[in-house]
Amino acid sequence: MATMNTIGEVRDAIAAKKVSAREVAADYFKRIVARNGELNAFLTLCEERAYKQADRVDAQVASGKPLPPLAGVPIAVKDVISTRGIRTTCSSKILTNYVPPYDATAVTRLEAAGAVILGKTNCDEFAMGSSNENSAYGPVQNPAAPGCVPGGSSGGSAAAVAANLAVAALGTDTGGSIRQPGSFCGIPAMMGSYGRVSRYGLIAFASSLDRIGPFAHNVADLAAVLKIVAGRDPNDSTSTTAPVEDYAATLDKPVRGMKIGIPKEYFGAGMDSGVREKVTAGMELLRKLGCDVREIQLPHTDYAIATYYIIATAEASSNLARYDGVRYGPRVDGDSLIAMYRKTRGAGFGAEVKRRIVLGTYVLSAGYYDAYYLKGQKVRALIAQDFRNAFAQVDAIVAPTSPVPPFKLGERVDDPLQMYLADIYTVTASLAGLPGISVPCGRIGGNLPVGLQIIGPAFGEACVLQVAHAFEQAGGTTL
Amino acid sequence: MKISREDVLRVAELAYLDLSEDELERYRAQVDEILEYIGKLNELDTTNVQPMAQVLTDDQTADATLREDLAVPCAVADDVLHHAPDPEPPYFRVPKVIER
Repeated sequence: MATMNTIGEVRDAIAAKKVSAREVAADYFKRIVARNGELNAFLTLCEERAYKQADRVDAQVASGKPLPPLAGVPIAVKDVISTRGIRTTCSSKILTNYVPPYDATAVTRLEAAGAVILGKTNCDEFAMGSSNENSAYGPVQNPAAPGCVPGGSSGGSAAAVAANLAVAALGTDTGGSIRQPGSFCGIPAMMGSYGRVSRYGLIAFASSLDRIGPFAHNVADLAAVLKIVAGRDPNDSTSTTAPVEDYAATLDKPVRGMKIGIPKEYFGAGMDSGVREKVTAGMELLRKLGCDVREIQLPHTDYAIATYYIIATAEASSNLARYDGVRYGPRVDGDSLIAMYRKTRGAGFGAEVKRRIVLGTYVLSAGYYDAYYLKGQKVRALIAQDFRNAFAQVDAIVAPTSPVPPFKLGERVDDPLQMYLADIYTVTASLAGLPGISVPCGRIGGNLPVGLQIIGPAFGEACVLQVAHAFEQAGGTTL
Repeated sequence: MKISREDVLRVAELAYLDLSEDELERYRAQVDEILEYIGKLNELDTTNVQPMAQVLTDDQTADATLREDLAVPCAVADDVLHHAPDPEPPYFRVPKVIER
């Protein structure tokens, strides 16, 4: 079967009866079986569910009814997003046999739009990590840069799309976990504003930061998937009532005259020279497209990592209290209830999760709450205010996604602080609740992908998609 | 040093988390380094800053007022119990909590 990478190609071929949805699904499963041993992008496949859905689409085609927007489109889902009847592990031993009794709203909406869910993708345990090396089920290989990490935490979703094992994928972003793996795997990736996509069924890491968003082969497909999963959901009280715009309608609007801010704080020490060169070329391209590219200031950027690792770990330590061996997951017996809790959690969680529980519990504990957690919340307010000030002057902000290109597997596992510091360009928009895209911006030495990040004001999804699309159409991805 | 071995033991107690001797020292050292780094927040005077506990403002969510409290059917109990480590429908069984 000819390779079809985009939603339009798959849907059109199915609509024109050149191929059936069942054949498309079978073709993707064949590719997954051929490549997954090497990549480890998928943890669980759901053939039965996929074929049932494909048959439903094929019946719609046969009946001549109009097809839904994602008819027959094969999509992968990160394994922190609940799927009814399909094992969902969060890449943790503590949920190794967990089968959710319900679907996440994002999954329900994808299937209602005709998408075919192929399976669940590998990630860092409970989405905690930036390299996918914290999975209890082994690391993921970067298909775009062999021997390198795919980024994290949504490394499996990024790798699945980059290796053409799915047309699109859902990931989650708490401090960069969609944008950074998108950058590392050389594909576009997006998180909407906080509240844009329902978190119902997303297994919580840090509830004030967690967001679901798409990976795809091009920006138009990000827009198409976001459009489907976005919108108010009564099951998530933090899902916004702000209307979902018609992203496709504004994608092709010219970007001439748009004001683009370049935060000077994002170009300090610690940035790889190759990344700097590509991102600078990306800004030049936007200038050539007629954008008014100007320097701006985000003065509290240097405090973002410290703030993020207080808030994210505090929320995680609280959210992960539920894994106690009572309701799900394997239990390790103890001679008292407390001993059972302690042993189950000690055996079930991996090193990064335990480290974050220790840190998060500490910053919330009596005597330290004000000094750490409350301080973190206050600095978070300052960081959010930086962005509000900036968006009074510009329409969008452009920055690198990651200060470094993909690194070798195993290279950084022993130094958590160094790993955290590399999240500097992504945690800021996470803390402020703003939408962000990473779009490919060429490759550097050794063929390593670089990503350009576009950040918009709250609920400015249409704007960041428009800039990313213009950048992609103008050849930005191969700079 | 920001965090001692005793602090980590206390935190592990609070979090119901068994740590081996090796983990205890490793996490102590790593968390200590992270807390040292986090100390940089003290450079900022935040006396008059309101803490940000939530991203969305009231007008961006529908739940500025509470919804009506309605009982709706929930049919997942069997499913949930089926996957529990030690079910005794309709209960989860746990080690004895109350001595008498």
